[in-house]
Amino acid sequence: MAKVPMSVDELKAMAATIRCDIIEMICTAEAGHPGGSLSATDIVTALYFRLMNIDPANPRWPDRDRFILSKGHACPVWYAALAERGFFAKSHLGTLRRLGSILQGHPDMNKVPGIDMTAGSLGQGLSVGIGMALAGRLQKKDYHVWVIIGDGESQEGSIWEAAMSAAKWKLDNITAILDRNNLQNDWHVDELMPIEPVADKWRAFGWHVVDIDGHDMAAVVAALEDAKERKGGPTLILARTVKGKGVSYMENVCEWHGKAPCKEEADQALEEIRRCSCEQ
Amino acid sequence: MSNNQPSPYHYVRPEVLPMLSSGELFTKADKAPTRASFAKAVIDIGARNPNVVVLDADVSKSIGTNKFAAAYPDRAFNFGIAEQNMFAAAAGMATTGLIPFACTYAVFASMRALDMVRNAIHYPGLNVKIAASHSGITPGPDGVTHQGQEDLSIMRAIANSTVIAPADPDTTTMAIHAVAAYEGPVYLSFTRDPVPKIFTADYPFEIGKAVTVRDGQDVTIVAMRDLTAHALVAAERLAAKGIDARVIDCPTLKPLDTETILAAARETGAVVTAENNVVFGGLGSAVAELLAENLPLPMQRIGVQDTFAESGPYLDLLDKYGLSAPHIAAAAEKVVKRK
Repeated sequence: MAKVPMSVDELKAMAATIRCDIIEMICTAEAGHPGGSLSATDIVTALYFRLMNIDPANPRWPDRDRFILSKGHACPVWYAALAERGFFAKSHLGTLRRLGSILQGHPDMNKVPGIDMTAGSLGQGLSVGIGMALAGRLQKKDYHVWVIIGDGESQEGSIWEAAMSAAKWKLDNITAILDRNNLQNDWHVDELMPIEPVADKWRAFGWHVVDIDGHDMAAVVAALEDAKERKGGPTLILARTVKGKGVSYMENVCEWHGKAPCKEEADQALEEIRRCSCEQ
Repeated sequence: MSNNQPSPYHYVRPEVLPMLSSGELFTKADKAPTRASFAKAVIDIGARNPNVVVLDADVSKSIGTNKFAAAYPDRAFNFGIAEQNMFAAAAGMATTGLIPFACTYAVFASMRALDMVRNAIHYPGLNVKIAASHSGITPGPDGVTHQGQEDLSIMRAIANSTVIAPADPDTTTMAIHAVAAYEGPVYLSFTRDPVPKIFTADYPFEIGKAVTVRDGQDVTIVAMRDLTAHALVAAERLAAKGIDARVIDCPTLKPLDTETILAAARETGAVVTAENNVVFGGLGSAVAELLAENLPLPMQRIGVQDTFAESGPYLDLLDKYGLSAPHIAAAAEKVVKRK
């Protein structure tokens, strides 16, 4: 099992492993969402292998940090990270979306060890995280709640209801990470229903905003660590990412939001990810 | 009824019995909205269990949960006019072992925030209590936008849901205590308008159990929430015509007490349902499904038909939209004739 907490170089290597897991599981399942899984991979890797206070042997440990993938369709990255971190056997990854599998098309907290909240219907995860953060404060526990939201998902009004409430209660035990890959199911976010100026919006809603390259592992780690330490209110990490990151033919191509690569495409993707990882 | 015959009533307050036949039940009996029973009970429960928290969405003064907030400020969370955020946050709280009572009006709980209620609460089976006031066309003067006439039907359609709508103030208190002790999501439905106190302290409230509150052999009236009182009045009207109606109070719509209802249907041979809710998908549908698959017999549903209501005094609305005692009695006569 991987030794944690990892260095930035180790995290980069783990991110490459997780990207390969994502490609393999979606190819095998012949369905799934590779684009948004790959854009969130570096953030999820940094959380699970460096930042989060968790115990794979005790996934419902009451004092653990919580993670919610509010953009639940990107769950292949969550499943891969949990498997690599030892929450369940990697052999499950090959069962994604199959009948009887623990790995549903969108994550189910009652089927998978380590999934802190069922997700899939967009615009709910940040609110759930706020509930967890309020509970943590009430119960005097010092866990941190991490929530990844999508930029397309930010078109949901409930995201802004949640944003308002975290500021009201000055929650500093929750961090939202916006996976700003600028693509959604139908088209480019900025053209389909623009969310800019998104950093200003979050600031106006009372959040501290940090703007980073979501694929620069050192920057990701630094931003997450700062957010965890910061007191007095919630932090949003605006992570500028590339949908399909690491696979040349998927990068910034809308069609790879929810399409599985065939065997040949998957082989090419795995080769590219491994070569890129070796060059680092 | 002669004095030497045993009363056919069970758990009905002795002082209201004469009011059933005189028609004074809705003018003379002690009345209170069932939302008020909830507001009081949740304080009692909160006093005993530090995990109980109350979530509001800017109607705490109407529901009365502002009193909980005054008593336990650290366990009260007002989310403002943002029901979606409130219900999903309640789900997050429940994952940590807290017992959230998330409170708003039925229209908002069952419709505005339904996606959160389904996906964040019921799918994971989280221990959130959804406390919905203004159910049915009980917020009379407020009009259609605030009349939750579909909430029971919508909530019944959600997998693993438990749907409870007690008939009177005291059985509401019993229900809240039972629900607090129950692990899992529950939808609780309350009236905005005052309803008569009809039941005694020995009413045997149990989640999933219907209670026979009047014995009768000719027809069964299965009623819930505020229409149970009207069903009792209807039974007296029927008695005057020589029809002996059994009345079953059904505070739990789901899971339905199929045993009690089937036995009554078998023994009386005809069934009327009465609910202050649309006739699609609620109590009438549930009983019709049960009977169609097990014991087809003459049946009629009293409820809001395929229409929206309007503003007006509560009891006048019940009359106009076909929900009050005369309508229930007429339906009973009809099914008895069809036997």
